[in-house]
Amino acid sequence: MEFGFTIAAYAVAAVLFILSLGGLSGQESAKRAVWYGIVGMAIAVVATLIGPGQGLFIASLVLIALGAGVGYQLATRVQMTQMPELVAIMHSLVGLAAVFVGFNADIMINNISEIYEANNLVMGAVADDGYTAIGLPKEVYDGLSSFGQLIAKKTNVEINILKVELVLGIWIGAVTFTGSVIAYGKLAGKVDTSAKKLPGGHLLNAGAAILSLLLAIMYLGGAGSWTLVLLTLLALFIGYHLIMGIGGADMPVVVSMLNSYSGWAAAAIGFSLGNDLLIVVGALVGSSGAILSYIMCKAMNRSFISVILGGFGGPAGEQMAVEGEQVAIDADGVAQALDEADSIIIIPGYGMAVAQAQQNVAELTRRLRAKGKAVRFAIHPVAGRLPGHMNVLLAEAKVPYDIVLEMDEINDDFPDTDIAIVIGSNDIVNPAAQDDPNSPIAGMPVLECWKAKQVFVSKRGQGTGYSGIENPLFFKDNTRMFYGDAKKSLEDLLSRIT
Amino acid sequence: MKIGTPKEVMKGEARVAMTPESARQLQKLGYECIIESGAGDAAGYNDDTYKDAGVEVVKTAAALWKAADVVAKVRPPTEAELKKSREGQLLISFFYPAQNEKLMQQAADQGTSVIAMDMVPRISRAQKMDALSSMANIAGYRAVIEAGNNFGRFFTGQITAAGKVPPAKVLVVGAGVAGLAAIGTSTSLGAITYAFDVRPEVAEQVESMGAEFVFLDFEEEQQDGAATGGYASVSSPEFAAAQLAKFRELAPDMDIVITTALIPNREAPELWTKDMVESMKPGSVIVDLAAEKGGNCKMTVMDEKIVTDNGVTIIGYTDFPSRMATQSSNLYATNIRHMMTDLTPEKDGQVVHNMEDDVIRGATIAHEKAVTFPPPPPKVQAIAAKPKEKAKELTPEEKREQEVAAFKAQTKQQVTLLAIGAALVLGVGLVAPASFMQHFIVFVLSVFIGFQVIWNVAHSLHTPLMAVTNAISSIVILGALIQIGSSSLLITLLASLGIFMAAINIFGGFLVTRRMLAMFQKS
Repeated sequence: MEFGFTIAAYAVAAVLFILSLGGLSGQESAKRAVWYGIVGMAIAVVATLIGPGQGLFIASLVLIALGAGVGYQLATRVQMTQMPELVAIMHSLVGLAAVFVGFNADIMINNISEIYEANNLVMGAVADDGYTAIGLPKEVYDGLSSFGQLIAKKTNVEINILKVELVLGIWIGAVTFTGSVIAYGKLAGKVDTSAKKLPGGHLLNAGAAILSLLLAIMYLGGAGSWTLVLLTLLALFIGYHLIMGIGGADMPVVVSMLNSYSGWAAAAIGFSLGNDLLIVVGALVGSSGAILSYIMCKAMNRSFISVILGGFGGPAGEQMAVEGEQVAIDADGVAQALDEADSIIIIPGYGMAVAQAQQNVAELTRRLRAKGKAVRFAIHPVAGRLPGHMNVLLAEAKVPYDIVLEMDEINDDFPDTDIAIVIGSNDIVNPAAQDDPNSPIAGMPVLECWKAKQVFVSKRGQGTGYSGIENPLFFKDNTRMFYGDAKKSLEDLLSRIT
Repeated sequence: MKIGTPKEVMKGEARVAMTPESARQLQKLGYECIIESGAGDAAGYNDDTYKDAGVEVVKTAAALWKAADVVAKVRPPTEAELKKSREGQLLISFFYPAQNEKLMQQAADQGTSVIAMDMVPRISRAQKMDALSSMANIAGYRAVIEAGNNFGRFFTGQITAAGKVPPAKVLVVGAGVAGLAAIGTSTSLGAITYAFDVRPEVAEQVESMGAEFVFLDFEEEQQDGAATGGYASVSSPEFAAAQLAKFRELAPDMDIVITTALIPNREAPELWTKDMVESMKPGSVIVDLAAEKGGNCKMTVMDEKIVTDNGVTIIGYTDFPSRMATQSSNLYATNIRHMMTDLTPEKDGQVVHNMEDDVIRGATIAHEKAVTFPPPPPKVQAIAAKPKEKAKELTPEEKREQEVAAFKAQTKQQVTLLAIGAALVLGVGLVAPASFMQHFIVFVLSVFIGFQVIWNVAHSLHTPLMAVTNAISSIVILGALIQIGSSSLLITLLASLGIFMAAINIFGGFLVTRRMLAMFQKS
């Protein structure tokens, strides 16, 4: 098949990918959009397989089939509460694949260079017109694989640019790889979720980054492949150390950031292979992840840099003292209040996911709705450990999506609400963000649940949230604390509501 | 210190300010308890039960007043009683200081400190010692029971073999604590209950108790009940007229009317006029809980039950709590005990009369030889803090100016970003060869499209978005597919691994996205 056909197929695939992302603007169109993505991917892969220069056709198919089997298992077995982990571990695969492809490009450059030498020619030498490479004799050239041919006809400048691209691709891919593995570990609870740094902290990262830059320059200067290997090791270290230093609740930013990186890695590889489809998709994914990170940061009122640097800063001054006491309530009290209420807003947080309480929340919602009460959900953008995490959990528990609302849609409705139930969230409902200019989270947009007539907070104990600051909500006159594991508390509650 | 309770001297008063149960609790606070012999007899507690609870029983009132450092009783002291007290002694009882100014002055002159249980401020913290509410609760309940006692029919409607019984219709005027208690009792007995109050905001409470709120067709700027500490205030003549007209309309249908309308420190308003009584059916009952303050019905005779010429019974008792002496003594004693708890912060049996404390200050009417009534307004407001001041309304010109300024700032920002971006792209173009720039165009446009498209993605679909971008970023598989056919074994190996991993990602990512999206259901 001709090369032109492959490129045409890539164009179709690119359009399909764009449509598949664009379709995610609504729940219904999204169901169609995912098929665009699947078809796009199929076209791209098939076109490449039957395109010029593809060897080992059968082996490729077998490998794809194997991967498909593993992917199928992963996708069907994963619990919805484990989505953040799955997404993180998948990012690591993309990162690693990018590293491999990058290395292959380097090896290929070396191979071609050797062939040039064997033919007493200099790779990248420019012909008299100043633009085109002299290239290899035709019979040698024809003997190369298509990837080899691609490199063989490059000029010196082009090869240097190729090297820049593959260094970028490998570096970003390696950072993505270890970063994602650590993020996975933290999300799965296999690695301590608190922010940890080796002695030296960010200086270590900065040092490693500068060293990588030096190695990259040496590599471009022709110092050989060992610089590339060393550079990769440094990038792996940076990915590890960077994510280790970021705490659990900042994971939404981290995961979307890694998402972005995996895109940029793909784009960089696309440049080095001269493949436009890789560039297009990489750019789409990269910008998607960047926007998600931006939205998450904005929802926490923190700059991207401060999230990456990890941890919350100290208070800017004297924090307002919290007055009053936390008043506890038992399941009977909550059940009675719910029975009397007409409008209820539930605010889920990471605690709900941890306690696996989404099914009970959904059952509670069904029973209350059956009694003719208006029940809605308020989702803060950074609730959970993944952008949109809460939405997926609630959807899994069959909570209809049209009663699940974003912060901006529902924040004005709290004063007209009888009861707000906070399940496992803390900082995102902290009134100090609005009232106390000295609070570390001052200015962060929060759900104004305290404006409801009554607030119930389901919480394991009296501890503080991720930011480690006291939450005045718990001390308000209209707040009652419903202590206990969210799942158990809700089971108690369900037994009292028919 | 010793807390003592004398026998109530007022005739017919059956309550007592200390019960064996409250005495036990007071002893835990470090106090010794003494009681006059026979003080609890009428409330169902004889001297022996007190002795069992560790209370010292003294023979006479005089001995008790002499021995006790704190005297707790129910009714306001008589002049003679007050004479028995001494300087530095603390007296806790109902006092009604506004009506008993002479008595209050006497206490101050003697140096007796007085805490009036009827002056406890109405704030959340003080609810546990709000004796007015606990007594009103009993009065409301008892009013319905007394009415039933004098009413010749069932409350609840029944269809029996011996004929049909219509349900009684009960009207409760004034939905304060007593009114709500009356409503609750009446509805639980099965009567059809109506309720009225000048504060329309209590309609919700009334309805939650199962009664029907009687609304007036009257538009008036109602004073927020919260501003008067939750009590009703005087209404305008027009409002009063509308209210009477409504009652007149209801009167012939009602079997039982319970009036509870009181305004603090005023004579009770007349709400149930003579002509309304005359329009009622024979056998109907009116219970006037405001009898002590002149009655909501002018025909009421205080402390008596009368029957009018047309056969309507009007009950004007003022001792409803006393008629349920055991219950009311228990509650009142508990109120007193809570007051003592607040007065004894160290739990060491020593009274600390902290005049900085809102509750103690508010209830204290005489202290250290001075009259301290009326109290200053409490520091803690009874109801929520003042609403925040609204942001200043902007004039249209100012709004317009702001819009223009915002637009300019936006334009400036965009132009700056574009300029920087363009400069960067041009800079790259200066050094990079044309073959690179061709790809670069694709890259820049894709980033641009990506930003445009992703902004529109619904927040709730961010997780599927991540999964799907994850799947399509595995497009690096194309690179590996091209490389796998190479002659170098190392390249083939690495490319194979790349293909394998990317394939996991492609299938896993798309499948999980589909799984997630299928879960999103509309209600």
